[in-house]
Amino acid sequence: MQSNNPTSHAGGRTLPEGEALLSVRNLKKVYRTDAGDIEAVRNLTFDLGRGELVCLVGPSGSGKTTLLKCIAGLLGSTEGEVRLDGEVITGPPKKMAVVFQEYGRSLFPWLRVAENVELPLKNAGVPKAERKVLVEQALEAVGLAHVPKSYPWQLSGGMQQRVAIARAVAYQPEVLLMDEPFAAVDAQTRADLEDLIRSVWKKLGVTVLFVTHDIDESIYLGERVIILSSSPTVVQEDIVIDLPAERDQLETRSLPRFTELRHHVYAEIQKAKQGHRPEEAITMVVK
Amino acid sequence: MKTLKSLGYLLTLPLILLAWWWIATSGAANFFVPTPAKLAETFIDTWMGEKLLTDVLPSVIRLVVGVLAAIVLGIGLGLAVGLNRTMRAVTEPVFEFFRALPPPVLVPVLMLLVGINDGMKIAVIISGCIWPVLLNTIEAVRSIDPVQNETSRSYGISGLSRIRYQVLPSATPTIMAGVRQCLSIGLILMVISEMFASSSGLGFTIVQFQRSFAVPEMWSGIVVLGLIGVALSFIFQWCERRVLRWYHGLKEVENAV
Ligand SMILES: Nc1ncnc2c1ncn2[C@@H]1O[C@H](COP(=O)(O)OP(=O)(O)O)[C@@H](O)[C@H]1O
Ligand SMILES: [Mg+2]
Repeated sequence: MQSNNPTSHAGGRTLPEGEALLSVRNLKKVYRTDAGDIEAVRNLTFDLGRGELVCLVGPSGSGKTTLLKCIAGLLGSTEGEVRLDGEVITGPPKKMAVVFQEYGRSLFPWLRVAENVELPLKNAGVPKAERKVLVEQALEAVGLAHVPKSYPWQLSGGMQQRVAIARAVAYQPEVLLMDEPFAAVDAQTRADLEDLIRSVWKKLGVTVLFVTHDIDESIYLGERVIILSSSPTVVQEDIVIDLPAERDQLETRSLPRFTELRHHVYAEIQKAKQGHRPEEAITMVVK
Repeated sequence: MKTLKSLGYLLTLPLILLAWWWIATSGAANFFVPTPAKLAETFIDTWMGEKLLTDVLPSVIRLVVGVLAAIVLGIGLGLAVGLNRTMRAVTEPVFEFFRALPPPVLVPVLMLLVGINDGMKIAVIISGCIWPVLLNTIEAVRSIDPVQNETSRSYGISGLSRIRYQVLPSATPTIMAGVRQCLSIGLILMVISEMFASSSGLGFTIVQFQRSFAVPEMWSGIVVLGLIGVALSFIFQWCERRVLRWYHGLKEVENAV
């Protein structure tokens, strides 16, 4: 029993053909700007199985947002590909919902809370009665059933973030992508929202890829954590979080195992910063 | 109570001006400036009869048609141009040129092209009113928040639905500012289009009065113009408040921070 070393892969974990819901293969993204090329992501390979809750952690500027946008079909990749259910992603797929880092700006200020949540459904042609139920359920799930008629800008940052989550949830996606959704909310709200994500994940059985720069948050939330190296970005390590399924802000965070995992991830990120790179793993996956 | 107070604010200055005018004209009679009582009498005699139908109404109808057409065209064209980078680059210099032309100089040109009729007058109004709406729409569409665009894309809101659900609403505050300018330009052009080669209409009538030294009548015509302007402005504000309630609320919240 080697309790100190978590089950891990150097480089991203891949699944056998056909088992992955989401596959990222040798993804590279270079931004071509007037001032020259910026390599945001060098080479990423990993798989997400159906129903997983995976956290992606990496320092800021390591290309997390870029990766998420490539997965969401909002950005084209420079090399490599992303597949959803075996299909190469070329544009935003129907079965995906994104919660953006700039949640405040991603809500439409001219629509009320319930209308914001309803809009993607309305656009997709979901019948009115069904929409109403979905919107109510989603607002209920994020604890906002009492403010459907408010405008987003009348709400606090944490509540706006919940609206954005409710909108994603009501859309009934198979994959939910979240980009540092709690970076700008206060600690208490953040804890509540973390628990909210886990409960939504359990209730809906949706596959979640949660991006954060916060190591503690990634361990508390995830069933698995993918650690990105600093730029030029590759997958540093991919570890399984073997914490009990029922998580509690106080209890889970004070478990010895939580501390071990935290140390492990922290050490990996330090290693990454010092330039240690899992080159063998990459070449292994490439060939 | 609140309405009473705002009514007070609304009427105070006009009443002061009226009083001042009354005092200034009560002493010596000036041929060119009628007293308030004389003007009121002339106003009713001149405009509350046949002229309302033969001159005021047609003018107002042309104004409304011209302004509405300018708004619709301006927004439609503005969307088409604003959403397309190439179109923007191609049209920008041309638009700047046409915008720089004072619309009254178009009157003789349009008279030749369209002829002397209602169509010409409406065309004059459109040709002047369209610019603020068009250019504001282009600017509003061009500067849409990229996060909103990505939100729409990721939820599959594209094409006409995107215009309807995202682009138009987010552009509305800027478009409305253009519409406000468009109204005042419209009123000016309504009068000017009737001053050249015309046989009816408000502008024509006022010029007629002026030429025949019917001074109180001329002044009463100017009052009619002012009243139309005020009415337009009230209608605009009423619509604006309804359409942009969210925007004013948002600004209030932002300013409070
Ligand atoms: N649209 C863009 N154009 C050019 N460079 C960009 C763009 N977006 C991000 N970058 C650059 O790519 C790198 C990764 O950015 P990003 O994906 O936002 O990282 P993270 O989300 O991990 O902070 C950064 O160096 C950033 O400056
Ligand atoms: Mg980011």
